[in-house]
Amino acid sequence: MKLVVAIIRPEKLNEVLEALYRAEVRGLTISRVRGHGGETEAVETYRGTTVKVELHDKVRLEIGVSDPFVQPTVKAILAAGATGEVGDGKIFVLPVEKVYRIRTGEEDRSAVTPVTMEESGA
Amino acid sequence: MTPINPSDTAWMLVATALVLLMTPALGFFYGGLVRAKNALNTMMMSYVALGFVGIAWAFIGYTFAFSAGSNWLGSLDNAFFRGVGLDAKGSIPHILFAGYQATFCIITAALISGAIVERMRFGPYVAFITLWSIVVYAPIAHWVWGGGWLAKLGALDFAGGTVVHINAAAAALVGAVVLGARKDYARTAIIPQNVPFTLLGAGLLWFGWFGFNGGSALAANGSAALAFANTMFAPMGTLVVWSLLDITRTKKTTAVGAATAIVVGLVAITPAAGFVSPVSGIIVGAFAAVPSYFAILWRAGTRLDDSLDVIAAHGVGGTVGALLTGVLAQKIWNGTADGALFGNPRQLGIQAVAVLATIVYSVVGTFVILKAIALVASLRAGQKEEGIGMDVTQHGEEAYSRGEGAILVQPERI
Repeated sequence: MKLVVAIIRPEKLNEVLEALYRAEVRGLTISRVRGHGGETEAVETYRGTTVKVELHDKVRLEIGVSDPFVQPTVKAILAAGATGEVGDGKIFVLPVEKVYRIRTGEEDRSAVTPVTMEESGA
Repeated sequence: MTPINPSDTAWMLVATALVLLMTPALGFFYGGLVRAKNALNTMMMSYVALGFVGIAWAFIGYTFAFSAGSNWLGSLDNAFFRGVGLDAKGSIPHILFAGYQATFCIITAALISGAIVERMRFGPYVAFITLWSIVVYAPIAHWVWGGGWLAKLGALDFAGGTVVHINAAAAALVGAVVLGARKDYARTAIIPQNVPFTLLGAGLLWFGWFGFNGGSALAANGSAALAFANTMFAPMGTLVVWSLLDITRTKKTTAVGAATAIVVGLVAITPAAGFVSPVSGIIVGAFAAVPSYFAILWRAGTRLDDSLDVIAAHGVGGTVGALLTGVLAQKIWNGTADGALFGNPRQLGIQAVAVLATIVYSVVGTFVILKAIALVASLRAGQKEEGIGMDVTQHGEEAYSRGEGAILVQPERI
């Protein structure tokens, strides 16, 4: 099992979610974050106060997947999240020691396999 | 010439301020309905009209609309407010009349923005509404209120069903088609960023509308009282019917629906306000809810990205109001003309002519202006700018800035 953590542009979120859905990657968590990865600052002016905004709004996706799903997940995010300009974000793939599903107490692989897929026999 | 009447002047001073408030109110109404990344841009589309359109009115719009001229257009007699002084126009000072009418021109131009939000570049937008107020609004105002051909034909438009609402909606239709749909339209969910803003805007619009309709009597008299009462009761009727439609369809009464209903009711009663009885006014308001409600549902399923439903609210509502004026007008209330229901079917035909003429002229005029601007500047923001949002890309500001990661740039010494 791996934990895929992706930092992407907020305006690309819907496209990435769509791509993940098509890749049959289901359970995920997102959060709004701010960060800086080398893109140029935006300049904003409020009356006499001019500021350079160095931290940009980003979205962080956290997706726990079983090993066969790592590549499809990464590919979907790479394809849908890219604009080709600095600031598109990063994907981190991290090893996972244990996974538990809180509802049932299931562990590891069965814990990261979505319920809908079990029921459909996939 | 009638001398200046102090009571009329006092009411019209207040009414002018009330109508001016409607443009910021519209900014809140529209601003709440868009996404947070476009909130400032959307509100600015209304606020900026207070500057550019207002000044265009003072320089040239007023004289095209209200100076004596032909059946089609005023003359240049009052250009740059020349000859617009403290002498009486009707029973109020001429400059007060010109100022009152300026507030109408400003909000009409701002209304169009609802169809092109979240994607039109700001500079071309400002150029568009400024030119539009001179080329489209002023002539139609002249036709109906400035002694032009529709006035002579006997078209009844108390406070602007054709001049303001149908006119703005026809322009909105052209704007939405010429600009094209937003990149996210019908692909991802686009939901309102701040519904309380929209409710606040609807409430302030209603408040300002007492000046819009009540002031259109241009005097503190019975006609103003009738228009005032209709402005109060007609939207109430709309709100009730709209709520019932909402409950029937989704089992819930929505806040965005209520805000929309108020605006639709106000739009529908606008042409009829001083011409129909209060009971007829309630009928106009109640009836108007139905076509606008279903127009919104229908529109959302099409490729026509009239983003904030200017056509359904102002076009459909305005047309219903303008036609029902021709049905329900009563001479015993207005002293001018009866409608079809009271023995004058010809009035309904005249109303239809006014509606059609407004739509045709506004569609053609708007199309020409937008295409002319497109020759020198691109109307639409790029895909990337649209993605980031219009607030940062057009204005260099954010509506909800937390200041994290903002580094102060020391100001240069002036």
